[in-house]
Amino acid sequence: MLNDGPMSDATAAPAKTRVPIVPFLELPERGEPHLVGQRCEACGAVYLGARVACGRCCARGRFREIPLSRRGELYVWSIVHQSMPGVPVPYVVGVVDLPEGVSVRCNLLDVAPEPSALRFGMPVEMTTGVSQQDRDGNDVVAFYFRPARG
Amino acid sequence: MSAAAYVAGVHMLKIGRYPDREVPELGAEALLGALDDAGLTMKDVQLVVVGNLFQAMNMIGQRVVQQAGQTGVPVINVTNACATGSTAFKLCVSAVRSGEADVAVAVGVEQMGKMGLLGAGGGKSVRTEGVIGSGLMPAVFGQAGMEHMRKFGTTPTQFAKVAVKNHAHSVRNPLSQYRVETPLEQVMSARMVAYPNTLLMCCPTGDGAAAAVVVSERKAKQLGATVKVLASVLTSDPWGERDLVQPDVNTLTRNAAQQAYEQAGVGPQDLSLVELHDCFATAELLHYENLGLCADGEAGRMIDEGRTSHGGRIPVNVSGGLLSKGHPLGATGVANIFELTQHLRGRAGERQVGGARVGLAHVIGLGSACTINILGV
Repeated sequence: MLNDGPMSDATAAPAKTRVPIVPFLELPERGEPHLVGQRCEACGAVYLGARVACGRCCARGRFREIPLSRRGELYVWSIVHQSMPGVPVPYVVGVVDLPEGVSVRCNLLDVAPEPSALRFGMPVEMTTGVSQQDRDGNDVVAFYFRPARG
Repeated sequence: MSAAAYVAGVHMLKIGRYPDREVPELGAEALLGALDDAGLTMKDVQLVVVGNLFQAMNMIGQRVVQQAGQTGVPVINVTNACATGSTAFKLCVSAVRSGEADVAVAVGVEQMGKMGLLGAGGGKSVRTEGVIGSGLMPAVFGQAGMEHMRKFGTTPTQFAKVAVKNHAHSVRNPLSQYRVETPLEQVMSARMVAYPNTLLMCCPTGDGAAAAVVVSERKAKQLGATVKVLASVLTSDPWGERDLVQPDVNTLTRNAAQQAYEQAGVGPQDLSLVELHDCFATAELLHYENLGLCADGEAGRMIDEGRTSHGGRIPVNVSGGLLSKGHPLGATGVANIFELTQHLRGRAGERQVGGARVGLAHVIGLGSACTINILGV
């Protein structure tokens, strides 16, 4: 899916592709990017990413992929002022609860890095953007959340 | 009921920087110091369990024993994140309780150098830090504190008071990495690392080594050892609502506490002192409630009223805690055992908790592992 052409030679620039930053971010050809969850068919617990067995009920291998909402609520947040070398600071991070019963860790965009700008439970929506290029020159698409509009 | 286990000897090095020394040497110094304290030698030891995180693939345990005396004793190397040292101690207790060993020694040793708060991470070709949230500990524990703030209205000032208390406690501990009082104003105006944790609300990195000799009842009587292991418990994360996304340091601590109190036959009201996992100031308040030191939602008031200060109703982290004494990962859990044992034997010097009878040590290794050990005389 990502590199289905032959390996390029040294003179031809490789075709750039868009790759998701995590396997549970879906970038469909048509329609909006969204996160996908794995729902245990036995107990209904939802996970980001695959599990061999369900952490909650221990049922083995019966998971169904479900699309996750682009809207959720901000559960908790923090503002990071000191990070690893090369990571621009400050940035706002948080945990967003999605209505399907799963939570996701994320960066928050379009919000000032100030405690007064953040509120527990505030409605947020997902957006995506190119975060960086990987070693092969592909665009790495990340998901972010921002205060919900409208 | 399995046999009883006792702590017959302990030793720890002052936590700090030892750039000119190697991990096996630091570990051996702790091990031999603890044996001296117990009145034993390497020839008496039937099991050595060594906790170390950063050099876990290097057979550190065997190399410690090579420095301390090669008797051919069985050696186990342990890694369990920040609960590495306390897990080593627990394995020694298990070996003694099962009757497999009369004398087992737990060693925790770590050399972190100046790798910084942020230590691990990096090396991956795609950067996720600061893109899809933060996996850095100050932010993870910042968010854990924010969850408490959300539920109970806990304030940044209340979290900051934890750092004020623990830094003040450390002044009386000669083995503490830092021994400087930090008034509230200084804690709150220090550089913000990850809200609401400022620099003085984050534990430092450092090098350290500690050891504890665990013996059977028979051996304890011979040696005159009186500090008994009342409970030794290890838990991992049960499934949780925000599983692995928002690390939950609460549930596995509560589970461990319940098991430990039951095993020990004591309750939180019986504790003389507690050494708990204050890797960040936010964490300490959560654990007051997790360990049952107060009711849910009361932790903020507990710190406001000074009930966990030295001289208060239940002193917490009189050693200075991880925040000031230091947190050399693999050594931390054994250093806690050192602290409790010294108080229970009345040998804690200037920081002695008067008449200490029962002490609890709690450690969380994120990912997660939680140990609770209760010692008593």
